[in-house]
Amino acid sequence: MFDIPLQVLLGQITIGLVNGCFYAILSLGLALIFGLLNVINFAHGALYMLGAFGVYLAMQKLGVNYWWSLLLVPVVVGAFGALVERLLLRRLIGLDHLYGLLFTFGLALVLEGIFRDIYGSAGLPYPTPPALRGLVDLGFMRMPIYRVWIVGASLVVCFATWFLIERTRLGSYLRAGTENAKMVQALGINVPLMVTFVYALGAALAAFAGVLAAPIYQVQPLMGSNILIVTFAVVVIGGLGSTAGAIATGLALGVIEGLSKVFYPEVSSTIVFIVMALVLLVRPAGLFGREA
Amino acid sequence: MLQDLHAWYGESHILHGMTFSLQRGEVVALLGRNGSGRTTTLRAIMGLIDRREGIIRIGGKDVLHLPPHLVARLGVGYCPEERGIFASLSCEENLLLPPQQSSGGMPLEEIYSLLPNLAERRQTPGTRLSGGEQQMLAIARILRTGARLLLLDEISEGLAPVIVDRLFDLIIELKSRGYTILLVEQNKYFAGPLADRFLVVEHGDVTIQLTASELAAKAELVDRTLGV
Amino acid sequence: MNRTMKTSTALLIALAVVGVLAPMTGLYPQFLMKCVALALFAVAFNFFTGNVGLLSIGHAAFFGMGAYAAGYATKEWGFTPELALAASLVVGIALGLVMGGMAIRRQGIYFAMITLALAQMVYFVCVQAPFTGAEDGLQRIPRHSLFGVIDLSSDLMMYAFVLAIMIASVWGFQRIMESPFGQVLLAIRDNEPRAISLGYDVQKYKLSAFTISAAVAGLAGGVKALTLGFAGLPDAHWTQSGNVILMCLLGGLGTPLGPVIGAILVVALESRLSGLGVVQIGPVTLDLSSKVPIIIGLIFMTCVLLFRRGIVGEISAAFASAKARRKSVADDEKKSVAS
Repeated sequence: MFDIPLQVLLGQITIGLVNGCFYAILSLGLALIFGLLNVINFAHGALYMLGAFGVYLAMQKLGVNYWWSLLLVPVVVGAFGALVERLLLRRLIGLDHLYGLLFTFGLALVLEGIFRDIYGSAGLPYPTPPALRGLVDLGFMRMPIYRVWIVGASLVVCFATWFLIERTRLGSYLRAGTENAKMVQALGINVPLMVTFVYALGAALAAFAGVLAAPIYQVQPLMGSNILIVTFAVVVIGGLGSTAGAIATGLALGVIEGLSKVFYPEVSSTIVFIVMALVLLVRPAGLFGREA
Repeated sequence: MLQDLHAWYGESHILHGMTFSLQRGEVVALLGRNGSGRTTTLRAIMGLIDRREGIIRIGGKDVLHLPPHLVARLGVGYCPEERGIFASLSCEENLLLPPQQSSGGMPLEEIYSLLPNLAERRQTPGTRLSGGEQQMLAIARILRTGARLLLLDEISEGLAPVIVDRLFDLIIELKSRGYTILLVEQNKYFAGPLADRFLVVEHGDVTIQLTASELAAKAELVDRTLGV
Repeated sequence: MNRTMKTSTALLIALAVVGVLAPMTGLYPQFLMKCVALALFAVAFNFFTGNVGLLSIGHAAFFGMGAYAAGYATKEWGFTPELALAASLVVGIALGLVMGGMAIRRQGIYFAMITLALAQMVYFVCVQAPFTGAEDGLQRIPRHSLFGVIDLSSDLMMYAFVLAIMIASVWGFQRIMESPFGQVLLAIRDNEPRAISLGYDVQKYKLSAFTISAAVAGLAGGVKALTLGFAGLPDAHWTQSGNVILMCLLGGLGTPLGPVIGAILVVALESRLSGLGVVQIGPVTLDLSSKVPIIIGLIFMTCVLLFRRGIVGEISAAFASAKARRKSVADDEKKSVAS
């Protein structure tokens, strides 16, 4: 087992870390939305896909470059999310979780269907932005600069989100709202607005991940579905209690997945689910979860 | 002021034409048996009941259709029976959570001087506070927002007599400062000396209205209605 | 027989009649058999989610594995149909016990997510395992003779066989729901803490219901494989789980025949839309066949927002309120006569 060249091992670990970054950003958004809205956002994958298509279309149709897209696409998708919440999702408040899940499932079908209809199922290429091409020499290995960028940008965004939730006033409203939304409203805080904001934030985070993903994964309509189910498993493993926990779980699972590709490739597509099954047996609320 | 208020929980028709009014600076106690609709009345005022019909006016303003956060902005503070302390926040975070609704909010130092226990326990997470501390925190929280109309639901319930005395003194102090208080209480020894008027609630409507002076005279009648 | 049993028997008879008459209307037998298979799947799903109140997003695992089991047994081992379907049942039970066992302790959303993730594991196993034929799946599954003697090569015979299975299953589910076991399930759905306080081992009841549901879902997969002649990856994909949820939602979750109606509608819709191909609506030319998922998704969303009780649910609600109105009018009349 140990005669695997170090290069290969480190290479897979870094790929795993990159995947882990996506899991972290996406599961953070999912956990936020679930915490406050009590909705399993099945459309999360589609929002991620919208981010990737956003940056692709921005370049193709509007000639907007990567850096501007990085800023604008999440905002646009976030606004779309806010609209969906305000006009449609809101009508499902107070109903069983089932309906929020089914509604967002339908939304995902529609979004993916539209893009599949227009662009087919094949992947569209998006070029790595010029500033981020090439390799960087880390001494023990050489890594594509773009991957370093992904890890860096993701960690910054994750940290910023964590800071927002754990250290700001708005974050305390959010955390209190997750516990008891009616009480928070009775104390004078505009909870419905907060709910719209959280859904928009989740959507923006997903889109951001999509923009990051465009140059390294193919931009294709089903890219969201593929990653969504794994992300659900990540959220179940991490549990819904800790922002930092969600981030750490995402990163860790990405690395575990990468490692499994080196040592036991047949299992790599299911390893996350296996971990989930194991975690659930031992800690039913997830690693960092709070409710039993 | 409430007039002809009806309220429903799902299919259950809880309040049947509840009607009464509160003057500024008054302390009014809602007495009645469990299930008579007293908590529902408070929640209805606060906007927390989904289905309501009738009229509720606060300071002359019609509030029936307002969402809870806008009712709070009019200067109404609600202290629910469960206290509503957030477990994931510390004591001080809980206290500082609600935004100040008006400039009349009690400053932090004053709250801590009125309720020194809270100052001692300010970093403790919400779940680890004792029942009495949670109750004081719940009241302190709405005082800080500058609310002048306080809706207090069973604040003496389940607390040790020493704490109840402390709460009693607090309410007296608030009354002297001109707060308007609507109190739901089971404990007539707590509510008795505090309130200016008493409303007995049965089956979702006010059946007996008494002023403080009349209470002693009609004590037997009240006891019978309450099933004591 | 009390009133509910009379209604359910009547419905069952109606279903049987419709089923028997259907081939005479000139509908394609392939279409009818697909309807039967998916109606069975929907009924199985509804038995658990509709009556216990827990959403399972993993039922495709049972359907898919049931299809593979029957297909493989028939193709590689020469099983006759009744044995192949028995294999599907067994696979469904086994998988149901394992998945259910892991998921059943959790409530609501967690339960749903766990079923989804476990089903996804099953899907990946299907992708990789040698017996499934991966992307191609199992093709050209032969139709052996039933019990070794009854020839099923004609579509009509095959259809009659599977129709009988479906009717028997619907009847079976009705009987279960009318039995004490079924009543306890409903009690658990409406108020679990109360059921626990009454001394019922709710986990066991839920797991049993889940396993039964999984078994029949597996059976449905087997039916699909034997009638349409192939079993493939889409049968086990999570979109198939979504499909069956839509069928029940559209038809009426928790109602006895809603899932059947929903299944027929969805199958009809999908085949009609693909069949229509290119369509002219005013100035716009639309190729409908590629837009099927969009339309399905829109129906999903509309149902959830506006139409939650499903067709059967809305109809029975309409009946109930009409009856209530008539009753209150009658009461008023009685009062005015009395005074």
